Amino acid sequence: MPDNQSHILDQNAGFGETEPPIKVAARDVCVAYDGKQALNHVSIDIPDRSVTAFIGPSGCGKSTFLRCLNRMNDTIEGARVTGSLKIDGAEVNDKSIDPVVLRASVGMVFQKPNPFPKSIYDNVAYGPRIHGLALSRNDLDGIVESSLKKAGLWEEVADRLNDPGTSLSGGQQQRLVIARAIAINPEVILMDEPCSALDPIATAKIEELIDELRENYCIIIVTHSMQQAARVSQRTAFFHMGTLVEFGRTEDIFTNPRDPRTQDYITGRFG
Amino acid sequence: MALSKTAHIVTAYGEELDQLADELARMGGMVETQLETALAAIVRRDASLVAGVREREKQVNAMQDDVEKRVLRLFALRQPLATDLRMTISALKIASDLERVGDLAKNIAYRAEDLAEYAPLSLLDQVERLGAIVVKQLHEVLDALSSADVEPAIRVWRTDDEVDERYNALVRQMLMSMTEDPGQVEPGVHILFVAKNLERIGDHATNVAEAVHFMVTAGPLEADDAKS
Ligand SMILES: Nc1ncnc2c1ncn2[C@@H]1O[C@H](COP(=O)(O)OP(=O)(O)O)[C@@H](O)[C@H]1O
Ligand SMILES: [Mg+2]
Repeated sequence: MPDNQSHILDQNAGFGETEPPIKVAARDVCVAYDGKQALNHVSIDIPDRSVTAFIGPSGCGKSTFLRCLNRMNDTIEGARVTGSLKIDGAEVNDKSIDPVVLRASVGMVFQKPNPFPKSIYDNVAYGPRIHGLALSRNDLDGIVESSLKKAGLWEEVADRLNDPGTSLSGGQQQRLVIARAIAINPEVILMDEPCSALDPIATAKIEELIDELRENYCIIIVTHSMQQAARVSQRTAFFHMGTLVEFGRTEDIFTNPRDPRTQDYITGRFG
Repeated sequence: MALSKTAHIVTAYGEELDQLADELARMGGMVETQLETALAAIVRRDASLVAGVREREKQVNAMQDDVEKRVLRLFALRQPLATDLRMTISALKIASDLERVGDLAKNIAYRAEDLAEYAPLSLLDQVERLGAIVVKQLHEVLDALSSADVEPAIRVWRTDDEVDERYNALVRQMLMSMTEDPGQVEPGVHILFVAKNLERIGDHATNVAEAVHFMVTAGPLEADDAKS
């Protein structure tokens, strides 16, 4: 029995009257790689239309938990996932769920921008094409434009849509990857250290973008920067050695964390 | 101000926080001495003590500047969080209250020079008692600060009502004796100023109590006080 899960779920009050509904509900999620436990009985309710930051030392299981949400752990040999994980009440690990369809609604952005070796246009058009979201070339143009606009990149690339995606700067590539994810109407967007390869200006643009996107999506971001977690998220979850130690309003976590492990980590003390 | 038992990974950062706490403690000690000396000057009718109080007031001002510089530097370079954040922001508030206390203590001392010209007043013993309570408040709240303990802070906070009552009673009696004996008016005005300054020092001690409480618990003192 995990010792602190009830306490974690109890802390969920915070948004007050305007509290968005729960989008992702995890109960006792455990992950082991080749029998070695990486995630221990994680239970958490993540609200929709807001940004939740995952923080914690390297190897504490943040990426492992993100991979549970789009079943990327399926692709890792020796990975075993147990527990319940629901998005909008539907069990993600249910046999009836097609991982490819799931991954369309749970987009992912990685640390290193990974545009396809294709044009800017095709990077964004790729998803809508394979998921059959566009009925005509006109339709597709519209999706590409609106996705690039939502990702705050349109102004910068409108006149060079046929250039390769890799010709863009790191920050632009990251926004292109976000546009690519947005193009297939995801509901959840996972970001695993999306700014760690970017300079402060490119980082600020991504953070501004995240702040705009949260109106329409459930965003989960892994970050090693306390300041970034504080700037972009409404909720923060602290992981430590495979356990979810503390989860609450970002403001509370950074001014008054309850657990000494959270305290030590965010203040930069020996844990 | 040991809010956490574990040391910072970046040693210099931990040292800067410790130095801030030390400077604040020194400032508190300085202000306490100032107040005690100012009261002794009044009660013992000894104007020779005034110069020392004035001298310390300058040092207290310099210490407040120093605390502000340290806090600014910590925010700019270290971005303190959680207990460190609460400690740093509280230090700024507390230093500003302590500076006010130093200033008021100086005002009290100046009245000793004026009062030395008059015959001893009957109400001086009440000023002495009010002063003793306020000195104790200041002492306890500085204890609370250095030990990061909310209990003495709550006690100080609760004493504020008693200080107000004693002050109001003193004012009433002073007005009565002024009405009865016009010779009491001039020295009486000085006594009223001293009492008013003591009452305000009590308010500042209460502010410090609230800041210490916030530093330790992250919550307002009122809420904690209501519980017990
Ligand atoms: N593909 C994998 N195969 C085996 N072990 C893994 C794999 N991915 C992660 N792990 C292990 O799981 C634990 C959690 O890793 P991870 O989720 O990547 O942590 P974080 O993202 O918080 O740095 C670590 O001990 C890591 O070594
Ligand atoms: Mg990771």
